[in-house]
Amino acid sequence: MRLEAKGIGFKYEKGPWLFRDVNFHVEAGEVVGITGASGRGKTTFCRILAGFERALEGEILLDGQKILPKGMHPVQLVLQHPEQAVNPRWKMRKVLEESGTFDENIQRLLGIEKEWLSRWPGELSGGELQRFCVARAISASPKFLIADEMTTMLDAITQAQIWQAVLETAKERNMGIIVVSHERKLMERLCDRIVEL
Amino acid sequence: MAILEVKNLSISFEQYRSGLKREVIDVMSNLSIELEEGEILAIVGSSGSGKSLLAHAMLNILPENAKTSGQIFYEGKPLTDVELTALRGKELAFIPQSVNFLDPLMQVGKQVRQSSRNGNAVEKQRSVFECYHLGKEVEKLYPFQLSGGMARRTLLSTAAVSDAKIIIADEPTPGLDEVVIQEALRNFREFADENRAVMLITHDIGAALTIADKIAVFYAGTVVEIAPVGDFSGKGEKLRHPYTKALWRALPQNEFTPIPGAQPHLSDLPKGCLFAPRCPLMTEACTVERPRVRELRDGKVRCIHAT
Repeated sequence: MRLEAKGIGFKYEKGPWLFRDVNFHVEAGEVVGITGASGRGKTTFCRILAGFERALEGEILLDGQKILPKGMHPVQLVLQHPEQAVNPRWKMRKVLEESGTFDENIQRLLGIEKEWLSRWPGELSGGELQRFCVARAISASPKFLIADEMTTMLDAITQAQIWQAVLETAKERNMGIIVVSHERKLMERLCDRIVEL
Repeated sequence: MAILEVKNLSISFEQYRSGLKREVIDVMSNLSIELEEGEILAIVGSSGSGKSLLAHAMLNILPENAKTSGQIFYEGKPLTDVELTALRGKELAFIPQSVNFLDPLMQVGKQVRQSSRNGNAVEKQRSVFECYHLGKEVEKLYPFQLSGGMARRTLLSTAAVSDAKIIIADEPTPGLDEVVIQEALRNFREFADENRAVMLITHDIGAALTIADKIAVFYAGTVVEIAPVGDFSGKGEKLRHPYTKALWRALPQNEFTPIPGAQPHLSDLPKGCLFAPRCPLMTEACTVERPRVRELRDGKVRCIHAT
């Protein structure tokens, strides 16, 4: 399985090109880091890969095929701020069930406690919410996971907990991971290779 | 001399549950901390451990349903709420955690110039922007037109142009690239070296180590340890509290190994030591009462087993 971006270009409305002719690929089971100065379009590029945004030039291919706009997207994105990624009017159990599956094994790996499932998002801390976002993204077995500053707001222990769970799941399912982070030491620890945007 | 001192600060929130049932949640208990002249004090700890609350209490910008007790001293004198409010923006500069603190309807250059009290505000703002690699066109932009990193650099600039004695920086660096982080940290160091002081709230222990003099470690609303930076080295043998050791070992540049469990909820805190449920050294005595802060090897610790 190979996720490929070919000659991607993007700009917002009448603004200048944010980037053009970006080529990038990840293999199944590979962990690739993306770095670059802030404002260079790393997050936008991730959004294009995960199908939230359409590239103006170039194409995204999964095993040489275009990704169909139906069903679960095989590339899942986890963002920096979990507070903005969950519906504040849904209890946590419903948030998890949004992915269509309810994988207790992954919840256990991520340290999600049973009692949290009946809480509202506002009653959990950022670190606890982010575990739910990660569980929601990976329990439906996507082919690739994009972690866009996924653990930037979290303390070192929670960061290590979440990453150990993600790496273990990725290994088991041969899932590819794209890591966007400014923390060089974290990137060095996680990635097989690092590219600059 | 301590330029700013917080003594026995406790904060609780009053909340309404269902209907008119009221509930008081203690979010911070008996916290004491000192900020010395010429010093950078880094505050680290997990999210929800009360780091930002401390900053907000020091600036008197807690929400209305918060009740506080304890005292804050500035240059040796105890401060009332009114005096504290008068200090902020003049003697106390604040770099907030959220970029939402920027005024959405004002060009960012103007916002930065507002916090300068003496001298040529425009000149100061331009030189600070240059130092943080913000182009000339940025000063005319509105916050929604900035990337996350640019907005954060704008927040850093507001503190840099002010003539404050103390900077309280709440997570100023996440989402910034290495060059800008180094620049910001160097500015903090220079600021402190002019006999002023910086309180740097961060979870980037690596960054804290490069510039801070002391590190205070927060857990569940209290300080578990205050240690000189030199103690954060090797496998953490010199550290005092088991939580600090676990935090140190979990860093990606060290072992990257987590400990199980999560920080207890503020509405459901254990009776004894707050870290006891996750602690490898836990004994019967730990669950009876909260350990007191005691001096240990040039630092402070809140653990009965620490040596």
